[in-house]
Amino acid sequence: MKICYYPGCTLKTKAKELDAYARKAAEALGVEMEEVKDWQCCGAVYPMAKNEIATKLSAVRALDYAKHNGGKLLTLCSACHNVIKRVNDDMKNDENIRTKANNYLALEESYNGETQVIHYLEMLKNEVSFDEIAKKVVKPLNRKVGAYYGCLLLRPSGVLAFDNPENPSIIEDFIRAIGGTPVIYPFRNECCGAYVSLKNQTLPKERSAKILNSAKEKGAEEVITACPLCLYNLQVNGAGILPARYFTELLAEALGVK
Amino acid sequence: MQRIGVFICWCGSNIAATVDVKRVAEAIKAEPGVVYSADYQYMCSENGQQLLKNAIKEHNLTGVVIGSCSPRMHEATFRRAAAEAGLNPYMLEVANIREQCSWIHKDMDEATEKALILIRTAIAKVRLNTPLQEGESPVTKRALVIGGGIAGIQAALDIAEAGFEVDIVEKNATIGGRMAQLDKTFPTLDCSACILTPKMVDCAQSDKIDILSYSEVEEVKGFVGNFKVKIRKKARYVDEKKCTGCKVCMEKCPSKKGLNEFNMNLNNRTAIYIPFAQAIPNVAVIDPEQCIKLKTGKCGICQKFCGAGAINYEMKDEFVDREYGAIVVATGFRPINIDAFNEYGYSDNADVITSLELERLMNAAGPTNGVLLRPSDKTHPKVITFIQCVGSRDVSGCGKPYCSKVCCMYTAKHAMLIREKYPDTEVHVFYIDVRTPGKNYDEFYRRAVEQYGVDYIKGMVGKVYNENGKLMVQGSNLIDNEQVIIPSDLVVLATAIEPEPSVRKIATLLTASIDTNNFMNESHPKLRPVESPTAGVYLAGMCQGPKDIPETVSQASACAAKVIGLLVKDKLKTNPCVAHCNEMMCNGCSQCANVCAYGAITYVDKEFRIGGGKTEVRRVASVNPAVCQGCGACTVTCPSGAMDLSGFSSKQIMSEVEAICKR
Repeated sequence: MKICYYPGCTLKTKAKELDAYARKAAEALGVEMEEVKDWQCCGAVYPMAKNEIATKLSAVRALDYAKHNGGKLLTLCSACHNVIKRVNDDMKNDENIRTKANNYLALEESYNGETQVIHYLEMLKNEVSFDEIAKKVVKPLNRKVGAYYGCLLLRPSGVLAFDNPENPSIIEDFIRAIGGTPVIYPFRNECCGAYVSLKNQTLPKERSAKILNSAKEKGAEEVITACPLCLYNLQVNGAGILPARYFTELLAEALGVK
Repeated sequence: MQRIGVFICWCGSNIAATVDVKRVAEAIKAEPGVVYSADYQYMCSENGQQLLKNAIKEHNLTGVVIGSCSPRMHEATFRRAAAEAGLNPYMLEVANIREQCSWIHKDMDEATEKALILIRTAIAKVRLNTPLQEGESPVTKRALVIGGGIAGIQAALDIAEAGFEVDIVEKNATIGGRMAQLDKTFPTLDCSACILTPKMVDCAQSDKIDILSYSEVEEVKGFVGNFKVKIRKKARYVDEKKCTGCKVCMEKCPSKKGLNEFNMNLNNRTAIYIPFAQAIPNVAVIDPEQCIKLKTGKCGICQKFCGAGAINYEMKDEFVDREYGAIVVATGFRPINIDAFNEYGYSDNADVITSLELERLMNAAGPTNGVLLRPSDKTHPKVITFIQCVGSRDVSGCGKPYCSKVCCMYTAKHAMLIREKYPDTEVHVFYIDVRTPGKNYDEFYRRAVEQYGVDYIKGMVGKVYNENGKLMVQGSNLIDNEQVIIPSDLVVLATAIEPEPSVRKIATLLTASIDTNNFMNESHPKLRPVESPTAGVYLAGMCQGPKDIPETVSQASACAAKVIGLLVKDKLKTNPCVAHCNEMMCNGCSQCANVCAYGAITYVDKEFRIGGGKTEVRRVASVNPAVCQGCGACTVTCPSGAMDLSGFSSKQIMSEVEAICKR
């Protein structure tokens, strides 16, 4: 299986391992990730202003590329996924944004949200299937892992349509598939503090401690995430409570390709 | 040739602001057959009607077209006025130039042009109209009330009071409904059972009221004044006439693990049971899913101990056929299922409960005998947090878009009762808005805040989670603009209400309509609020929309007034716009009978002359005009064009289409 892949800037710099393990694991699972040609930064934060077009254009370019290269766009970073999926929804449902973006880009054929945006976890669940993954596991985890979803994968739930925002289960199912025991804890879908840590350490420290302590109390030995910013906050602002890692690292470990 | 008069209504500015009424009235004068045309500010006013009457007389009009609002609004008004002036009312047609024209268009030229087309269309029809005579049908002087809650009880009592017989069909083993489950009622805090049970007893003692408990409506035929209803009396395995309600069976029954629905499943009941102490009828019922004898054939203990010999394991469902003149739907409500609201942890924590569960925990006849103990460890909760609008005013799709209307008041009631009974308890209430319109309602809420010190927090709750045995309620305080976490012992969810789901089936049986939220539709939201659009069907209580007890009782009494007004009549006028069969064209194929939803079409063998002194017998369709509702399904189905509808003949409709298409 071959699929268009959008890595994003962070995965080329701070979060190289999120990307590297994902590629190794995909190879082991028989998935060929073909990087979008000449991709640009997604903008990192979805612009909420209704008249904002410029910062959405790079997402549209990637989406249009994928439209002509298999129709699916694979994302991995939670932030990129959130931005691209929401921009795609705008291109599909917001006439104003669609018209302006198309007018600006002047593509050969206008882009109207045709591409299907799928996150790496969704790819594992729906394209590969957790049962198939379980069969290919050579080194089962055999430990208790807390899934940390954060906000960006789940919300806004109507557009992201990723999982139940209050009681998600996809990462837990993933943990089970690679031989671990998922730990359900109340703060797995709460915000880590995100960009606030750039100017104020108190809030993210408080949030990260809350999340990690909540996981620890329920018996987790480590937590996993799909978001570079979440991982930063959990590791730096929640230092010393529980180890936090990318979910792709555990996948590569279980598949024996780490 | 008809002499047609046309009247264009301004409807104040409703029509005149978008349609050039003068131009329309002037242009229409040129139409063949039109001998009079006028425009007037309010045709429905006394003066407007007088204008109509005078014109009919002065110009010898044989047909009238009124360009005004929807015929659903004022057709009856105008036809009555025409009749008073000596014109057959069915010679008058309404062209809807308001809802279907002025209200939906902005451009005056376009709207005026369209109004002209609509009026020409109505003129084309009137040219082919023929005078029609209304028939008469008798009225069965008995009413059916579906649902035995406070709405059904009040409607039945009022109808019985006027001297008419009423049957209450209640699907549960006792009447009383949701009100019987409540502890106290707002805004007076009087005991719910104390004011309800006397009314239940009145129903039982009235010689005009027949209570069919544990029964369901199975089939409805007929029409206003003449409903024929089949009622299923479900097997209760206890002879209603013999059971004395002594409860010995309940003491002896070995199957004790059934969930007590009356107590919101907070405790258990036996397989044979009387739902609650004041049940009417005070007769036991056996739960066949739970009864050891009915499931395995072994046991029979209740039969052995029953001194009255009332137990009968062989009992089967029975069917009762009754006839009614009017039907009141009072099927009530239930709290919505809140499993989709994972943020509140209802399914994970025993101490997160719904408001109706709290009612039972506070009630002296409830599972804790009225002592407020939390379900998990039976201790007194010291901090109680209420969350309002759980599922109400919800646009996420998990809940309901509407306001459930009763929650603000009952939450204030709960908070107050708890502070009164257990002053050492801390009570918090999260709310979006506090909505308390109504007599003495806002005063009631203010008492909770000012006198009882209930802590009202404006904001929504994002999460309820268990931390070291405490329920942590995490929410926002919008006034202080901060996030708050309240460690609580008990969390009460003010759950949205929805119509009892059986209402869908009832609505289908009655061919009455329901809205997107499953509430029964009223005929007019303001002016006919207790009548269903289906003639002879009336609506009381929560089946029509969220409302509290005072409103429900008012609506039930209003229903009763409407029913009494119907039942005092000996005969009803029937709609003359019904189907009829041209026997010369009918080939007896049965297709019309197959599509008739009302069973109005039968077949008869008739002798016809075929020339040369010979005759032949043919099978032809025959319409019962009293049963036909004039829907027209048969006329479009008939392959030979034999079926036609008086007042809406195929010819009339085709001439309307032609008028629209002709430019």
